[in-house]
Amino acid sequence: MSFETYREQWRGRVSEVTVGAAGGVNDARKSITVGGAGALPFIDIDGPIPHRPAVAAEVWDVRPDWPAPLAMAYGAVLDDPVAWAQKCVRDGADLICLRLAGADPEAGDASPEACAAVVRSVLGAVDVPLIILGCGSDEKDNLIFPAVCAAAEGARCLVGPVHKDNYRTIAAAAKVAGHAVIAQSPVDVNIQKQLAVLLEEMELGPQDVVFDPTTGALGYGLDYTYSVMERIRLAALQGDRHLSSPLVVFAGYEAWRAKEAGLAGGSVDQGVVWEVVTATALLHAGADIVVLLHPNAVRAVKRYLRELTGEAAA
Amino acid sequence: MILIGERINGLFRDVAAAIQARDPVPVQKLAIAQTEAGAAYLDVNAGPAVDDPAAVMPWLVRVIEEVVDTPLCIDAAKPEAIEAGLKAVTKARPIINSTTADPERLARYLDMARAYDARLIALTMNRQGVSRDAADRLALAMEIVVAADEAGFPLDDLFLDPLVLPVNVGQEHAWAVLETLRQVKTLADPPPRTVIGLSNISQGCPHRPLLNRAFLAMAMASGLDAAIADVLDEELVATVSAGRVLLGREIYSDAFLRPAGRR
Repeated sequence: MSFETYREQWRGRVSEVTVGAAGGVNDARKSITVGGAGALPFIDIDGPIPHRPAVAAEVWDVRPDWPAPLAMAYGAVLDDPVAWAQKCVRDGADLICLRLAGADPEAGDASPEACAAVVRSVLGAVDVPLIILGCGSDEKDNLIFPAVCAAAEGARCLVGPVHKDNYRTIAAAAKVAGHAVIAQSPVDVNIQKQLAVLLEEMELGPQDVVFDPTTGALGYGLDYTYSVMERIRLAALQGDRHLSSPLVVFAGYEAWRAKEAGLAGGSVDQGVVWEVVTATALLHAGADIVVLLHPNAVRAVKRYLRELTGEAAA
Repeated sequence: MILIGERINGLFRDVAAAIQARDPVPVQKLAIAQTEAGAAYLDVNAGPAVDDPAAVMPWLVRVIEEVVDTPLCIDAAKPEAIEAGLKAVTKARPIINSTTADPERLARYLDMARAYDARLIALTMNRQGVSRDAADRLALAMEIVVAADEAGFPLDDLFLDPLVLPVNVGQEHAWAVLETLRQVKTLADPPPRTVIGLSNISQGCPHRPLLNRAFLAMAMASGLDAAIADVLDEELVATVSAGRVLLGREIYSDAFLRPAGRR
């Protein structure tokens, strides 16, 4: 009697989301497609996994107040988003995640026009797709995104995040300019689904939405995020269209907020360890895009993906 | 829950008149309305008044397929009429509605389902009629499952119908149907799927929509997989959405009513 390995048969697929050129006017830009999986992460004996996860690096419009080990990895480019983005691309980032932190009323209060100008200059300086994040103030984000989305029209960016209590203005601006949106939930599968239904009513379907289930870093809720991502992914594979969008995690940003990350003195850079462990754990929960901060974390996670998938360097 | 729209049936006067006059418009309107309401299949029945259902069925299939892609549930008493309908299908995989448990009839319908790549509804009744209790229904269900299995018919494509009767004339049948729905799942692995003709429960009664919704909720909790039902009753479709969430078939969201009940 022969033994046959049990194989899951999934009837659903993760939706594919394409950012970058995507047939837009800016044809020189690279495009990246994430999602599309018909199996749990890396288990491609059960179903197709057409795209490997993408690695993004954060670039801020203003100099961030980062722990020394992280700030030193970038040096002077922290004052220049364009040079910073170019360095990240040289370091291997598949996407640039531009965080418009300077728009925060308490951190510079940059105008919508100023934000749009930064977006234009970064778009002009790199050929990878862009993720564009607001400053985190709902009111201000609603002011900057119409200008920012218009400035990036044709480059199909991933913009947001939108959340349950603030999505209409940003989603409408994104829709008009052909961008995809990041839909954020507070580590909550029910609210994640609710937001997806609301966005679909604004004609942003699963192919236009990437879920941010809110990242908990190692030691700070990683397991909660992992469980919610797993539930979302299982629901997608079981055919729940409203939970079928790909997943993005802000592993770098969250990891460096951990007090352990900034510890100096040893020979190992604790922040990089924190980022890489957070990111790689969540890759196994289904992360399709991991956003990182330290160049060594970008390199390590990309190498990890290459080693596991056996693919040539992307 | 698979909802099968019941409305294209010659028992309804508007459909009977449309068939009589070969006027496609009322039939097509019902096909579109039921599809938009969440029907995963459309039942197609020429009704009892038609002289030659084998001639009418292909016309019905054609005019429906002109306006929707929804798969059809070909419903007739005579196998010739069903076969004529199956021949006319060009779009999605249909369901045959229905065979009884009588061995010759069952064999013929299993052959027909295989020949036309169709799913099959089998009633847990035979020439002796409908039994009052669950045990006899289950015995017939077992005979159907065995016959299907022996014929190599995929059990995934088989729907058992435990026969719903009007509650005003056969009150004890309602409970027997629910009991059958529960126990039928233990007969085979993978478990057979089940379907009911829901609106029968309220035939001739007042407050029909209420009886239909209440019985559908009970049947869902008993494991029902599909129902031939009035999908144009918004509250009925809402009952399915609520039931899916309450039974844990679908992850809850505050918008649980908004996605239509089609599955």
